[in-house]
Amino acid sequence: MSTFTPRPGSAPLARQVAAQARMEARLMLRNGEQLLLALVIPVIVLVGGVLAAERLGLDLSGHAPVDVLTPGVLALAVMSTAFTSLAIATGFERRYGVIKRLGSSPLPRHGLLLGKVLALLNVVVLQLVVLVVAGLVLGWRPSLDSPLVSAGSVLLAVAAGTWAFAALGLFVAGVLRAEATLALANLVYLLLMAGGGVVLPTSAYGAAAGPISWLPSAALGDAMRAALVDARLDGPAILILLGWGALATLLTARTFRWE
Amino acid sequence: MSEPAVLISGLEMQYGDKRAVDGLSMQVHRGSITAVLGPNGAGKTTTLETCEGYRRPQAGTVRVLGLDPHRQRAALLPRIGVMLQAGGAWSGVRAMEMLDHIASLHAHPLDTVMLHDRLGLGDCGRTPYRRLSGGQQQRLGLAMALVGRPELVFVDEPTAGMDPQARRTTWELLEEIRGDGVTVVLTTHHMDEAERLADQIHIIDRGRLIASGSPTDLTSGGRSATIRLVVTRPFPDGAPESLRSALGPETEVTQLDDRSMLITGPADGGTLGTVSRWCEKHDVLPESLTLGRATLEDVFLRLTGRELVT
Repeated sequence: MSTFTPRPGSAPLARQVAAQARMEARLMLRNGEQLLLALVIPVIVLVGGVLAAERLGLDLSGHAPVDVLTPGVLALAVMSTAFTSLAIATGFERRYGVIKRLGSSPLPRHGLLLGKVLALLNVVVLQLVVLVVAGLVLGWRPSLDSPLVSAGSVLLAVAAGTWAFAALGLFVAGVLRAEATLALANLVYLLLMAGGGVVLPTSAYGAAAGPISWLPSAALGDAMRAALVDARLDGPAILILLGWGALATLLTARTFRWE
Repeated sequence: MSEPAVLISGLEMQYGDKRAVDGLSMQVHRGSITAVLGPNGAGKTTTLETCEGYRRPQAGTVRVLGLDPHRQRAALLPRIGVMLQAGGAWSGVRAMEMLDHIASLHAHPLDTVMLHDRLGLGDCGRTPYRRLSGGQQQRLGLAMALVGRPELVFVDEPTAGMDPQARRTTWELLEEIRGDGVTVVLTTHHMDEAERLADQIHIIDRGRLIASGSPTDLTSGGRSATIRLVVTRPFPDGAPESLRSALGPETEVTQLDDRSMLITGPADGGTLGTVSRWCEKHDVLPESLTLGRATLEDVFLRLTGRELVT
């Protein structure tokens, strides 16, 4: 048999998806900007927030600032990767013809999507590990009233939050040009970080708390805080996240252009 | 195998007011190199992308390896290799990493190190894609098309942006894969590329097939000659008709613009003499009068009245 004698065939789907997930996770972690967004900013927010709260004597309903801020920063990290990083990466994949190229490979579109989700979850888990360690170093004591409820609620919140933000990120990346996606994804991230009820509890926003609590950022932050501060499942917050996830998935499915 | 590798009949594609492909029909035989030749905007890429399943034919039918590229895409994709005209890789991915990734999506990929070396990419395996030269990106694109050991590869302008040596390496590789039984469909607007590589050439212009054949068929095996006549002042009215009657029925005369004409006819000295006498008689002063073996360039010029240069 000569070198180029045809012998076509697809690798098994699971192997293709794993390869795609590894590749995307590696590229995400290699990109300095994304790393800044994924780890450096959340760590700065956490350390800065704790120091500022202690100096200002901020009252967070009787809880130590680090206990309230750490769950919020974990939520921020999920948002940064699932929304901002994913949107930017996908926007440029469209621009550079990567999605088109993969479209003529044996990897089917659902395989590509699955690979993206796995890569995303990989990076999110890595972020959470680093930030949990940073929180513990700063003196964070999560509620130990009911570890099972806490763990289950965190898992649910992270899963629902990742879905909602990833779907929103893909929606933006699928309709806008790469540069516009870059600008918008960063802007939305900054706005939500500052005023979206993610790092600070919605109760800290006074009269605006009502509308803010409907944002996916506040819902994710509230769900994380309920799980880790009060060992409680915040049902309404999870429902809000699921609602955003469903809405954004529908929008994305209708508008996403692969090229 | 008698079934053609690609069968297109009556393909029509329209974007807005622009008719990109206008009733195109053509075939590609298995184991051949087939060139789709035409100027930019002739509809080459649209036709290729329809064969690759990226676009659904608006009218007409397309079959690739006997399959409908749109409806049976999942069955077709593992069997074909696609080289896009540009791009197709993450900007931060390393060349070798990208090739390995595409290889990992296939069941029996080629040895990526061998392929890398064969395409002269040996030195830039760790170079990020965005820092590769245009020619290196093209070669990596070709490697990605071949790595899955396809039966059929579609290569869109494979040598655009390559230096002469890389072009020759690419041509030799395409000839080698044909030798190993891979069917190659390439688009190009380079005559020399089509003439050197192709077993079969389909010339398309404005979305239509205007000529088909082997390079020798199309140029009449060198038995016909081409004379290009460029004059100092615009031709008098009725010049092509008058020249045609002077030259006889075996000769074709095409006026290209008001100061140049293309004359195709039997390769004998008489034709040149007749043209020169006609100029003298009609008080037309030639600026240049060149005689050559008919090339694909001339074929295109004669069929469309336009240069293929883009």
